[in-house]
Amino acid sequence: MSVNTSLIATERDEVPKHVREIVTPEGIPLRFQLARASDRVGAFTLDLLIQFFVLFLIGLGLNLAAGGQSSSWLTAVMTVLSFLLVNFYFSFFEIRWQGKTPGKRKTGIRVIDARGGQLEASAVLARNLVRELEFWTPARLLLAGSVVWPSAPVWAVTVAGLWAFVFLLFPLFNKDRLRVGDLIAGTRVVMQPKTELAPDLVAETAANIMGPKGRATYAFTDAQLGVYGIFELQVLENVLRQDPSKVGYSDALRTVVEKIQAKIRYERKITHDELFLRDFYAALRGHLEQKMLFGERKEDKYSAKKQQG
Amino acid sequence: MRQVRSMRSVEFRHEREATWAELETIIGKADKDGLRSLSAEQLARLPHLYRATLSSLSVARSISLDRALTEYLENLAARAYFVVYGARQVLRKQMAEFFLTRLPSAIREAKWHILVAFMVMLAGAIAAYQLTLTDMDYYYTFVGDMAQGRTPASSTAELRAGLYGGDSVNSTLATFAASLFSHNARIGIMAFALGFVAGLPTLLLLFYNGLVLGAFSALYHSRGLSVDLWGWLLPHGITELLAVILCGAGGFLLAHGLVFPGAKTRMDSLRERGRLAAVVVLGAVLMLFIAGIIEGVFRQRVTSVPVRYTVAAVTAAWWIFYFGFVGRRTVKRAAQVRAEDAHDAEMTGAWLASSSMSEGRR
Repeated sequence: MSVNTSLIATERDEVPKHVREIVTPEGIPLRFQLARASDRVGAFTLDLLIQFFVLFLIGLGLNLAAGGQSSSWLTAVMTVLSFLLVNFYFSFFEIRWQGKTPGKRKTGIRVIDARGGQLEASAVLARNLVRELEFWTPARLLLAGSVVWPSAPVWAVTVAGLWAFVFLLFPLFNKDRLRVGDLIAGTRVVMQPKTELAPDLVAETAANIMGPKGRATYAFTDAQLGVYGIFELQVLENVLRQDPSKVGYSDALRTVVEKIQAKIRYERKITHDELFLRDFYAALRGHLEQKMLFGERKEDKYSAKKQQG
Repeated sequence: MRQVRSMRSVEFRHEREATWAELETIIGKADKDGLRSLSAEQLARLPHLYRATLSSLSVARSISLDRALTEYLENLAARAYFVVYGARQVLRKQMAEFFLTRLPSAIREAKWHILVAFMVMLAGAIAAYQLTLTDMDYYYTFVGDMAQGRTPASSTAELRAGLYGGDSVNSTLATFAASLFSHNARIGIMAFALGFVAGLPTLLLLFYNGLVLGAFSALYHSRGLSVDLWGWLLPHGITELLAVILCGAGGFLLAHGLVFPGAKTRMDSLRERGRLAAVVVLGAVLMLFIAGIIEGVFRQRVTSVPVRYTVAAVTAAWWIFYFGFVGRRTVKRAAQVRAEDAHDAEMTGAWLASSSMSEGRR
């Protein structure tokens, strides 16, 4: 949650920028975050390295098996194996592991069907067979241009390679970060969801830091609670969930306390910053949730109360 | 305390936390060791817990402002969704289904594109053939690097020897066949992928293939070696040429989806045709592999012309049978079942509508 942007929207019904929704067969929309370009590049590089490494091992093994002499059978097997490995590595893993390859597993991303539903084998094939066009051709043109196109001058090869790079850079030109393969197959690459449950702030406050009389130390009137909206509540939640041992924690708390105190015009004296914020959080959350049950949702301190339809 | 306890979101979480924890353990195990590592009771609990979590997510979205909780439930539901809907069939069944149904029916679905690809290649072949017959110099233009020593400058005896080559070429044959396979397969896949740029490169590739073929056959025909040439070419050539045509058809499918989406959006149309094309191309790659084996193992060993033609005829008959007839019944049955289901759903809907109308009247 610290690195990823949240899946939760600030405005109701609006999905955050890099989040995509699919509807499960049960009818519930589930949200996924699109994989970042850096993750995808990292996963691809890792997969390439694995492929080269395996090819190297196979070559070595076959060489040893042939006793060091070159044999045409060896070359033949090597050619076929390298072709199969390079062209079907991704398809094999993405079908087998339902959208993951070793590289993708390491960077924490996976392939899903854009419409929700099981990732079909034909979709995986479609998205991976196009890699020949997207990556290998530009790579070959740039690295071994003289072999592919013997009679061409250097500048022509470079231009051709750069043009071919348009396909490679395709994900940067569309908002869903689709590769050409993703476009053809109707798939998306998203971050693998990670689950960590932080304790409930309200329950925690009640359990740990209770005032001597067993109730909240700081009390607020309805008017004071009506100042802020959901956005501010969630900002406050983020502040309270920070690591207390970090430098500047108490300073941050103090700043927030002073701001709130000024805004809601809290007259009484505040001795314990954290306790004040926790009590305020609990009270504000209770207040806003109660309002939500009646269909009133106050998004932030600037919005007038909206009636839900 | 009173204020805290009465908060619905806190109570809701308190009640359901155990369910979520249980689901997390189960999907954690499934993610690490696969679905098969789950016990029978865990497998039985999984759908129930998954649905319960989905309902928790709905509830949390509407009543809770605890952002961490809603985020957690989103992620938990997503992880569970992958586990529940990620199960595949046993590999053997998948492969059987692919070869017995999916591939042949895909070829049948793509028949018009295959026809177009075939016509393009034929056009190239005929054009080159006619041109080369009139002027042998065209041979060099069309065949270029692929001649491998077989040119109009070679004597007829040399050409004939090339068709029935002796054992001296045996050791390099395997390499030759293997590199030919990967070369052809790579070109085939490129022809498919290039369909994405509106199919024009695919068209050119197919036409060029036809040109080479046409020029070749013109050369051999002019020396009276036609029968020998086709005896040499056809045993593996039928499979190989068919595969190249299939790759071209795959490219055309992509181009069709992109340029003429019809009533669908471009994305939807590409998606459907892309998947169909991928199956076709996979079939083509397999065919190229088979052609490579026939070429490498068979061709230089068997030099009797009748045998070569028989093998060619057998491969032709086999592919006609496989692509024309295999899997028809399964596909028809599946379509029938779907139609029956749709019919049932319609009838039920109509019955419900009529009964609720009569309710209203009462």
